[in-house]
Amino acid sequence: MFFSQLRQELTIMARNGEQLLLLIGIPVMLLVFFTQVDILPTQGLPAVEFLVPGILGLAVMSSAMVSLGIATGFERSYGVLKRLGTTPLGTRRLVFAKIIAACVIEALQLALLVVVGLVLGWRPVNANWLAVFVAVALGTASFAGLGLTLAGRLSAEINLAAQNGLYLVLLLLGGIVVPTEELPSFSHGVSLALPSTALSNLLRDGFSGQEFAQNSLLVLVIWAFASCVAAVLFFRWSD
Amino acid sequence: MRHEMSGQNQIALRVRNLVVDYGELHAVSDISFDAQAGSVTAVLGPNGAGKTTTMEVCSGVRRATSGTVSVLGLDPIRNRLEMNSRIGVMLQDGGVYPSARVGEVLEHYCNLFGNRERADDLLRAVDLTAKCRITWRRLSGGERQRLSLALALAARPEVAFLDEPTSGVDVVGRDLIRGIVRNLADTGCAVVLATHELDEAERLADHVVMFQHGKLIANASLTDLQGSTQLITLRTAHDIDLTALALHMGCRVEKHNDVLHLYAKSDANFVARLGTWFAENSLPLNDLRSGLPRLEDIYRELTNKRELTNTVNHSAQAGR
Repeated sequence: MFFSQLRQELTIMARNGEQLLLLIGIPVMLLVFFTQVDILPTQGLPAVEFLVPGILGLAVMSSAMVSLGIATGFERSYGVLKRLGTTPLGTRRLVFAKIIAACVIEALQLALLVVVGLVLGWRPVNANWLAVFVAVALGTASFAGLGLTLAGRLSAEINLAAQNGLYLVLLLLGGIVVPTEELPSFSHGVSLALPSTALSNLLRDGFSGQEFAQNSLLVLVIWAFASCVAAVLFFRWSD
Repeated sequence: MRHEMSGQNQIALRVRNLVVDYGELHAVSDISFDAQAGSVTAVLGPNGAGKTTTMEVCSGVRRATSGTVSVLGLDPIRNRLEMNSRIGVMLQDGGVYPSARVGEVLEHYCNLFGNRERADDLLRAVDLTAKCRITWRRLSGGERQRLSLALALAARPEVAFLDEPTSGVDVVGRDLIRGIVRNLADTGCAVVLATHELDEAERLADHVVMFQHGKLIANASLTDLQGSTQLITLRTAHDIDLTALALHMGCRVEKHNDVLHLYAKSDANFVARLGTWFAENSLPLNDLRSGLPRLEDIYRELTNKRELTNTVNHSAQAGR
């Protein structure tokens, strides 16, 4: 039952052209553009060293939150979820299948971005790959939980706007392309509490072989737990 | 339990004092009825009468405000997953992702119910084998309805909730769907079919539940509803003294537009007396027909009676 749902999720996702643009096109374009155009403050690092971990975090956010959330919102408006709600599938298996499907897409996306990064001169020689994996897993859980919570409560159109708006906020304030230190001082507190900031910090720590910053780890663990619980509690099969 | 509930003449669905409110709106008000295994129960009423809401509560998609629903002895909310593995639901709206292909979505639903081998048979049954690789968005309205029905059957259901299954379907498709529904009931499934097409219900139903403004106005077998009285109709554009005709014929007489309705046991003597009255009054006798009353006529009669009762009640209250 679970694997059948997982296969269905992957098939539908793979057929969606605009999703591929969001998942592949935007992160690759941002990475290539900002490594070639020297306009970003990058904390004294080569642009590619600063950008790749952030863009990988962005990729996690786009597949686990925006893509998954928007698709699920439209499934609800098309009545797909309502119909699935009349089968023995159940909320937990559905949510789990959706998160695993997002992980599969994410793995392909990250592999592509790593290759593009290597081509652009990125050399993660001190990387702690286990730490990177842990950061990606926590980030995926946080963003998938957020995406599904919004998709499970809002109408398809409002969900679409909310997911894109949130994506932009998390991108700009999350230390992905602009270091949080360069942001206006009033936004520092908010920025440090965001899952995108925590994820990009943990990824930079992981790729540079440093230990995880404890506050970033704590923030991401809280987001992962709270958003997944919220998704299961607040998810609705129909409007 | 499973075998006990699925036998013919067993009550598969029991609805008691069901109330569903949407804020201030009373969508369903205190309704009770049963549906038996091996029979087709038609839930009838105009659009907005509360049929879909009732079907959704029974299939666990929506919560009731009050009252109880039991499906195969199970509570649709508390025992949702267990109930879902034994029921089939055809929703009014498609419920299929537009880019999903016919074959893959049907196979997926068969997998969800653990009946993977059933997909090809169901495709054949709804005559969609040739459309196996077509996506939902490219199907016609009738084809979507047929696929939707097939998805409901993936469960090998003991109770099937079908909401407007023939809506927007052509004549050939309707015959096919009717055949499947009848066959489903004949194999012991309790089919609960919501429709606003009374003609459809007349062809399929064993039992009829009629709604008006969220309230139940009839709950009886089709045979009991139609009763032993026949309906004699004739067409006339002339003004007719209905009271005089009713007295002469000794039966109830109504006029709907230019059609006269006489409720009586029709025989040669009755027709002769009717002919005589029309001749004596110099009126032509056109398009004379006799038969069991149609559900449409029964529905109209019941709703008229109810509106009249309401008017009388309101007048009585106003007079106090």
